[in-house]
Amino acid sequence: MTPTLSELAVGQDIGSRSISVTRTDLVKYAGASGDFNPIHWNEAFATGVGLPGVIAHGMFTMGSAVQLVTDWAGDPAAVIDFQTRFTKPVPVSDTTGTAEAGAVIEVSGAIGALDAAVGTARVDLTVVSGGQKVLMKAQAVVRLA
Amino acid sequence: MTINPDLQGRSYPAKEVYDVGREKIREFARAVKATHPAHFEVDAARALGHSDLVAPPTFAIIVAQRADAQLIEDPDAGIDFSRVVHADQRFIHHRPIIAGDRLVAELHVDGVRAMGGGAMITTRSEIFALAAGATDGEARDEAREAVATATSSILVRGEGQ
Repeated sequence: MTPTLSELAVGQDIGSRSISVTRTDLVKYAGASGDFNPIHWNEAFATGVGLPGVIAHGMFTMGSAVQLVTDWAGDPAAVIDFQTRFTKPVPVSDTTGTAEAGAVIEVSGAIGALDAAVGTARVDLTVVSGGQKVLMKAQAVVRLA
Repeated sequence: MTINPDLQGRSYPAKEVYDVGREKIREFARAVKATHPAHFEVDAARALGHSDLVAPPTFAIIVAQRADAQLIEDPDAGIDFSRVVHADQRFIHHRPIIAGDRLVAELHVDGVRAMGGGAMITTRSEIFALAAGATDGEARDEAREAVATATSSILVRGEGQ
């Protein structure tokens, strides 16, 4: 069911999801995006620059978090504006060879604003990992009928 | 290294063309754990009124970061890439990115602000699609359509930060 603007209210929940992340996922994202900064795949390099260990690409977190909105909207092209600030890194433990996640990102979304004149809804995302908000002002503007 | 304060207002013109392929859209979609069929099946994308596979909302980062590289690798900018932290990111889509698009990006340095011993640099990539058959040169620039504006702030940490 595609959401309809007139049936939405500010504050309404659009759902939530839990995203498991492994080191392999970061290598895949590096390859797909072309961002090969070693802080996202090399432990020694990451700790050498003062990080707690390998961290996820901010753009991995941003890109995976918006899937909640895409699936809710029913069309990826409906997301016409998407922004965030990166506030905390997401450290990803090395769980290679096990079925364990190296980190879990929890995403939930709620309607932050409605603009009937232009036909858009703003979804505000809450994105948490390891008990900390890792994105701030994560807002997606969605065009709806 | 010191950030060049004269960077503000500088622009880097569109250089290489980025050809958006179906397999790249599928690969990027899998990499951000997207499962919407419009990223994977042409029929599903067409059922939504798109001419081909639709890229995920953050796909434009590929093109934007290639444009940013022109600034970061510019010896005159004074940016040490190993000290760069991504602070914020925004994508405004004028229209969706669709498989088969041929994209170019113009980079604009909108802001340079000293922070401690480092600097916060805000860049804006204006991403355009070239018309089918357009080649290099002026004809190419006339036959282009605005696709996305990608704005990004990077913090270049100073020594000891």
